[in-house]
Amino acid sequence: MSKFLRYINNLLAGTGAGLIAKIRFTGFTMLLLLSAIGYMKNFWGKRHDIILQMYNAGVKTFPVVSVVALFTGMILSLQFGVEMRVFQQQNLIGHAIMVILTREMGPFMSGIILIASMGAAIAAEIGTMKVSEEIDALELMSISPVKFLVMPRVAAMMIMTPIVSVYIIFMGSLGAALIANTQLGVPYNIYYFNAMKGLHMKAIYVGVIKSCIFGLLISAVSCAYGLKAGNGALGVGKGTRNSVVASFILVLISGYIITSIFYGQK
Amino acid sequence: MIELIDICKSFNGVPVLKNISLKIRTGEIFVIIGMSGTGKTVTLRNISGLEDPDSGEILVNGTRMNGASQSVKKKLRSMMGMVFQSGALLNWLTVGQNVALPLVENKKLPQDKIDETVMEKLKLLGLNQASGKMPSEISGGMKKRACLARVLVRNPDIILYDEPTSGLDPVMSSHINVLIKKMQTDFGVTSVVVTHDMESAYFLADRIAVLYKGEILQCGTPAEIKESSNPVVAQFVNGRIDGPIAVN
Ligand SMILES: Nc1ncnc2c1ncn2[C@@H]1O[C@H](COP(=O)(O)OP(=O)(O)OP(=O)(O)O)[C@@H](O)[C@H]1O
Ligand SMILES: [Mg+2]
Repeated sequence: MSKFLRYINNLLAGTGAGLIAKIRFTGFTMLLLLSAIGYMKNFWGKRHDIILQMYNAGVKTFPVVSVVALFTGMILSLQFGVEMRVFQQQNLIGHAIMVILTREMGPFMSGIILIASMGAAIAAEIGTMKVSEEIDALELMSISPVKFLVMPRVAAMMIMTPIVSVYIIFMGSLGAALIANTQLGVPYNIYYFNAMKGLHMKAIYVGVIKSCIFGLLISAVSCAYGLKAGNGALGVGKGTRNSVVASFILVLISGYIITSIFYGQK
Repeated sequence: MIELIDICKSFNGVPVLKNISLKIRTGEIFVIIGMSGTGKTVTLRNISGLEDPDSGEILVNGTRMNGASQSVKKKLRSMMGMVFQSGALLNWLTVGQNVALPLVENKKLPQDKIDETVMEKLKLLGLNQASGKMPSEISGGMKKRACLARVLVRNPDIILYDEPTSGLDPVMSSHINVLIKKMQTDFGVTSVVVTHDMESAYFLADRIAVLYKGEILQCGTPAEIKESSNPVVAQFVNGRIDGPIAVN
């Protein structure tokens, strides 16, 4: 009996300790994000670092973003188009594609791709710096790691995620148009005309807000996992994996919340 | 003056430092020796405020370091430098940029003055050829010297050295040791040096503390340590294989 009680006791203690650690880490991440935003007053002084990170986020992911966006547009177009043709409505495909890309797929896909490329890279890079005492060295030189490392990444991601998202919308529409024309027989001018009708101002600004928030969340979470990495290469790997999982979940949840704020039933 | 009063520190329930008390006087070279894994690096990290002890007090010139606010820590650290065991250079900056980093980031000097100071320190450490190289292109010993150069450009009053001469050839080791001594005689720098190398320890130290299994076994002048009657200390400083220290 006492063995059983001890087991329950340990289970509860373990769960509680895990929960406390999670809450503490969440608090740490939020404070990190806030102080990074606070340090954005040094934006101009850190412009070189920010541009470097923007280059990493934008230019280096350019090929994969192009391919993914193009094929997503093609798939959407084919799947929708086949159904719409049943009702002889395939000419409206541009409208449907534009709505889904601008409202949801653009920001969401830019988030996902940047998690996989930038988020993972940020967590691994900062984690490696942490385990090789570089972060400690910065702190001892009175250089704030938040100002020096976190702020440029957060700023760059906040700027680049919307840009990548707009580019995804553009490439996705292009891929969709290609398929609409070749597979469904929709002329380009009709596709373009309907696509423009599907382009709403509200979808654009909501999309930009959403992507900005995704960028902030992804970069802050990745930096936080990097800064808390421990135990050598193993700890860096674990931190990177956890940061990707956490960012993914956060993008989904915050995406839903933002959508429901702007489009939800009043 | 750096004072450690009854410092205890454990990791995941394993005690690493057990009631360490030390008094390091201003302007002295204080050497900490001990087996690998006894907590020498942890001691330095506690002194620099990178880690806080579980209990006890660390006073740097009378100000409490552990548990202090970020601004107090920042103030205390502004007069402190640490040479890390691994060098801890930022891998996307050249050696020269690494050394210049504290000056560039804290914006206290004009650029030409920074370049001059950096070049001077690099020369002092025999690194003027390596200024434009990336950290991945230089050897471990060079990294450590670059780390020392990065500390020296800030003119700290207190320098913590984590094995400054391990991984260096004998000539370079002596050169670094002389440099550490010179910092003391010329600028009155207080140094805490962690080392395995007894020759360096005897050469440098005003006093030596022997750390063993998280406790200070003995603390005294090099002569006292050399003549120690404590069997563990005697075995360690003479590097004998037989004695109370078992490798397993
Ligand atoms: N962050 C940490 N988490 C868990 N354990 C740690 C941590 N830092 C140090 N330790 C443990 O504390 C002990 C002392 O480590 P420390 O790095 O101070 O040794 P050291 O005396 O510097 O050894 P070496 O001469 O090999 O550098 C080791 O057993 C190490 O495993
Ligand atoms: Mg060590």
